[in-house]
Amino acid sequence: MNLYSWFQLIFYIVVLLLLAKPLGSFMAKVYQGERTFLDRVLVPVERFIYRLSGVKPDEDMNWKTYAVAVMLFNVFGLLLVYALQRLQAVLPLNPQGLGAVTPDSSWNTAVSFATNTNWQGYGGEVTMSYFSQMLGLTVQNFVSAATGMAVMIALIRGIVRHTAKGIGNFWVDLTRSTLYILLPLSIVVALALVSQGVVQTFSPYKTVALLQPTTDANGNVVTEQVLAVGPAASQIAIKQLGTNGGGFFNVNSAHPFENPTPFSNFIEMLSILVISGALCYTFGVMVGDTRQGWAILITMTIIMVAFLSLAVWAEQGGNPAFTAMGVDQVQTNINPGGNMEGKETRFGIANSALWATVTTSASNGSVNSMHDSFMPLGGLVPLFMMQLGEIIFGGVGSGLYGMLAFVIVAVFISGLMVGRTPEYLGKKIEAYEMKMASLMLLIPILLAKVGTAIAVIAPAGLATIWNTGGPHGFSEVLYAFSSAANNNGSAFAGLGANNPFYNTALGICMFFARYLLIVPALAIAGSLVQKKKVPAGSGTLPTHTPLFIAWLIGVIMIVGALSFIPALALGPIVEHLMVFK
Amino acid sequence: MNIQTKKQSPYRREIYQRAVVESFIKLNPRLMVKNPVMFVVEVGSVLTTVLWIQALAGKGEAPAWFIGTVALWLWFTVLFANFSEAVAEGRGKAQAESLRKARQDTPAKKLHNAATDVQSALSKVEVVSSTALRKDDLYLVEAGDILPADGEIVTGIASVDESAVTGESAPVVREAGGDRSAVTGGTRLLSDWLIIRVSADPGQGFLDRMISMVEGAKRQKTPNEIALNILLAGFTIIFLVVCATLLPYSLYSVGAAGKGTAITITVLVALLVCLIPTTIGGLLSAIGIAGMDRMIQRNVIAMSGRAVEAAGDVDVLLLDKTGTITLGNRQAVEFIPVNGVDVKDLAEAAQLASLADETPEGRSIVVLAKEKFGLRGRAMGASDEAPEGMHFVPFTAQTRMSGVNFDDTTIRKGAPDTMIEMILLNGNKVPADLRPAVDSIARMGGTPLVVAKNNQALGVIHLKDIVKGGIKERFAQLRKMGIKTVMITGDNPLTAAAIAAEAGVDDFLAQATPENKLALIREYQTGGRLVAMTGDGTNDAPALAQADVAVAMNTGTQPAREAANMVDLDSNPTKLLEIVEIGKQLLMTRGALTTFSIANDVAKYFAIIPAVFASTYPVLTTLNFMHLATPESAILSAVIFNALIIIALIPLALRGVPYRAVGAAQLLRDNLLIYGDGGIIAPFIGIKLIDMLLVVLHLV
Repeated sequence: MNLYSWFQLIFYIVVLLLLAKPLGSFMAKVYQGERTFLDRVLVPVERFIYRLSGVKPDEDMNWKTYAVAVMLFNVFGLLLVYALQRLQAVLPLNPQGLGAVTPDSSWNTAVSFATNTNWQGYGGEVTMSYFSQMLGLTVQNFVSAATGMAVMIALIRGIVRHTAKGIGNFWVDLTRSTLYILLPLSIVVALALVSQGVVQTFSPYKTVALLQPTTDANGNVVTEQVLAVGPAASQIAIKQLGTNGGGFFNVNSAHPFENPTPFSNFIEMLSILVISGALCYTFGVMVGDTRQGWAILITMTIIMVAFLSLAVWAEQGGNPAFTAMGVDQVQTNINPGGNMEGKETRFGIANSALWATVTTSASNGSVNSMHDSFMPLGGLVPLFMMQLGEIIFGGVGSGLYGMLAFVIVAVFISGLMVGRTPEYLGKKIEAYEMKMASLMLLIPILLAKVGTAIAVIAPAGLATIWNTGGPHGFSEVLYAFSSAANNNGSAFAGLGANNPFYNTALGICMFFARYLLIVPALAIAGSLVQKKKVPAGSGTLPTHTPLFIAWLIGVIMIVGALSFIPALALGPIVEHLMVFK
Repeated sequence: MNIQTKKQSPYRREIYQRAVVESFIKLNPRLMVKNPVMFVVEVGSVLTTVLWIQALAGKGEAPAWFIGTVALWLWFTVLFANFSEAVAEGRGKAQAESLRKARQDTPAKKLHNAATDVQSALSKVEVVSSTALRKDDLYLVEAGDILPADGEIVTGIASVDESAVTGESAPVVREAGGDRSAVTGGTRLLSDWLIIRVSADPGQGFLDRMISMVEGAKRQKTPNEIALNILLAGFTIIFLVVCATLLPYSLYSVGAAGKGTAITITVLVALLVCLIPTTIGGLLSAIGIAGMDRMIQRNVIAMSGRAVEAAGDVDVLLLDKTGTITLGNRQAVEFIPVNGVDVKDLAEAAQLASLADETPEGRSIVVLAKEKFGLRGRAMGASDEAPEGMHFVPFTAQTRMSGVNFDDTTIRKGAPDTMIEMILLNGNKVPADLRPAVDSIARMGGTPLVVAKNNQALGVIHLKDIVKGGIKERFAQLRKMGIKTVMITGDNPLTAAAIAAEAGVDDFLAQATPENKLALIREYQTGGRLVAMTGDGTNDAPALAQADVAVAMNTGTQPAREAANMVDLDSNPTKLLEIVEIGKQLLMTRGALTTFSIANDVAKYFAIIPAVFASTYPVLTTLNFMHLATPESAILSAVIFNALIIIALIPLALRGVPYRAVGAAQLLRDNLLIYGDGGIIAPFIGIKLIDMLLVVLHLV
């Protein structure tokens, strides 16, 4: 690692943290119904949407009504995406004449995009028509992100309001999230990306002559290639901002038309975490104590930086197997050094490791390098970041409500340790909250572990593990299920996942991982909102201090480590020990 | 519960022996299932025992000695947990037994209708068994009788020996009306007679409730305990999944590596038991019972575990001024003469006026005069036959003054307003310096009493509330703990403010009435605070019923004791502070042991994971940095450590984590250091030591 690489990493973190306050306070205004500079343009649009859809924006929902609205909306979206894929052959905007997607792949993709996972079992450019991409996938990119944000805001209201019932109106939260936050930011990001050369067109794929003719597997000379294009920039902007991660092209942001330059790379990486990070500040503003928001943001940042360092160290360290082959892995001014397998030369070690950490700390899952080719410990980083429950920044909204489940558990144990019924932000944490928070911790762990267990003994699961004869194949399966069970969507690759077994199993994981967390999160909101607010005193455990941050990090790491160390020991850890024997 | 039992060591041989038997009885799965963590251990014990039998038959998945040893230690784990609970219960049971002795069937002299004196009562008496008495029945007791049932005195005054209930051997006076009219069944009348109205049916009396509480038989889980149980169940499920999925993972890895053997069921069960929070799971119920027990040792009977737990959450304490903050009574501290009167004359007049005054205030005037001016009262004590033609005028609510008449002299002392009115009425002038003297005393929080001789003002006596020593420091501690103290007094706001400032309370309620006391509690509760208070009078009952933690004095009335959720047998209002600490200790012990239990798992992973996968991936032995001798010894050491730590922590569970009055942040830091970091480090050392021992003993 040279100075320049370090500078890039530090610059990224600093910019991310600097944006938290302005964007966070803007979002707080949006959700609290205060005036913003976008009102002049957007208020009429918002009113029009409500009138058109018959939404009464003043109607305050209790948590059950809210949850039903979330579920109805999401299931409807899921069915719509399914139908679009099955019928795309007869629908417009299909210049390549792509046929209907298979039922299991359609199910997988529909769940994947509705749940904000964006696991892609398919290759975009050879499977999806422009119509399916835009009306199905891009729309879901917006609304699945907005769903996560809405649930988060409802939970905040549960904390803020007291002795009440209502936690807000889902339709309003959904509309405002999309209209005031996701849409304007997407436009800005899309324009920035287009300026860097990301494609945005409806024209059919281009056939171009190769500069250097090559030969195919059969020895025939190949002189031209088909370049896939399409309306990519608009989808990429929201895929990053909404922590979706579903690329327009199969290789995602490693593709030069999706991510052509270091600057576009920076913009895309920043877009992954910017909303999740800023939502912490929004949280602080809305609960009336910004220190609470900073505490959570700092917790997230510390864990991310720790794992980022591990990833960079592992990748820059290089691979002993390459040394044996005589590959130069020493870093110089013209050679990034380290393990460059599966990485784009325009991004190098630092930006690839950073992206891998960032995309898995958020539930984004887009990639700019192939995680499967990382060093064992470098690959452990994205794997473990997902297994922590996608709460280190996490998905937009979902990361914070997942984190709050951990906060509740941390507050509960530490509250007992100071001799008081635990309370968080003035609300007592009791049996009901513990039940729901435990569920939120439990579900992703359960899905990832059981899913992997089935896949590694079921013949259908074993059939497409290409990497046999060692721990790496196990890591790939574990990665796939950890990704689906935490709504991340990134893939380790090396695993044939576009088949009925994995499409179905991963689809089930994604579905339950999303909605079995949303419902308990809303239930907590519904329970907290009815409680009295306990004024803080010196007997109250402060939840913004370095001590509490350290404790919270401890709880997160212990739960994650205790749940996954045995599995990791059989995957990346043993692989590392074998490589560096 | 006499004083002897109370002071005795909790670790009596008898309790131990019974606890050992109890630990086996508690293996009944129907009882175990209430504790999900330990139930899982029991199922694991059964499973490994079956595997052991299978191994003995020659078809084992591992050597029989190994499976057998694991099974044995898993059974120990369950038994140790049961033992901790049994020991905790045993202490309560011993106390219940001594209480039960007091509650034997006693003959009762039942009355069929009311009587006002003992003669007429005796003529109507019918002797029945105490179990035949029902609520609202009347009965008569005479000196030497055991009271057959709880009740309220209708007629009479008598001294009662309540040592059977309170452990206090000094007799107490009980009389009809007022705040000392409640009596408890099982206590003994020492003198006189009483006619009592029964207040509880048989089996529902105070003693019965106490017995069932200390026995812990009907112990309900408290809210925090339920929440903690949910969390522990959550962890248990996670570890169940972790261990269950390890079998397929291991099978796959064996296939992929092409060598080694898959993990055995025995090892999986051992790993599971090591990982699930058995330390806290096993000790949880002992902690709860011990919390109740600590209350009882301080002579406080909590009517529910919920109340004990709530005590730890209290953030407002309502304290009666008199008896809690100040010594029971006001005392004379100064004589202030007016109109040029000699201070000695004032003192003498004041002393004369107070000679027959039996109130502590009156006594203190006599004493002050004696101490300051060497004046000796000419007659002491209450007596109707006043010496040397003295005629004492007692205090009445109408005259609001008291005094003495002799020869042609009248001396009066009383509240300033009444006295001034009397002086003016008799055509005398009020000295110019009287008002200022009265006002300055009131401003200082004192009570002025004006003394007049022959309707001429002599001066003012300064009566002062004496704040208890050390109470100010106590309140400062409470403030640090985040608890607000509110003084309740019938005094006027000016007096109240002065005393509040002197005692260092945070707030006060002056001119308190039952209504505004109740309103104050409601107001705090609406603001989300938990309120604790003590009370003894019937007029305290509504407020006691409203408060979250309500401690009634044992000397209090029946309604007060009914409304409260705790009764202090010592009738010491300062006890509230200790009650709060016990409540906090209870929660802290649970939190600390939970942290310890979970933190332990880190070391257990380092012991077990390399051991179980070493045959498949030999390179994993790198992680065995404790250098445990063999895979078997590593697993056994972890299982044995896991069982022994329960036994080792029983004393802590029963005694509770020590509480210090510091802020929440510091408390968390200290406890995290001890139980968090300690919980990570301790098992590394413990497991290594056990492993070395196993090797030395050639057991592996």
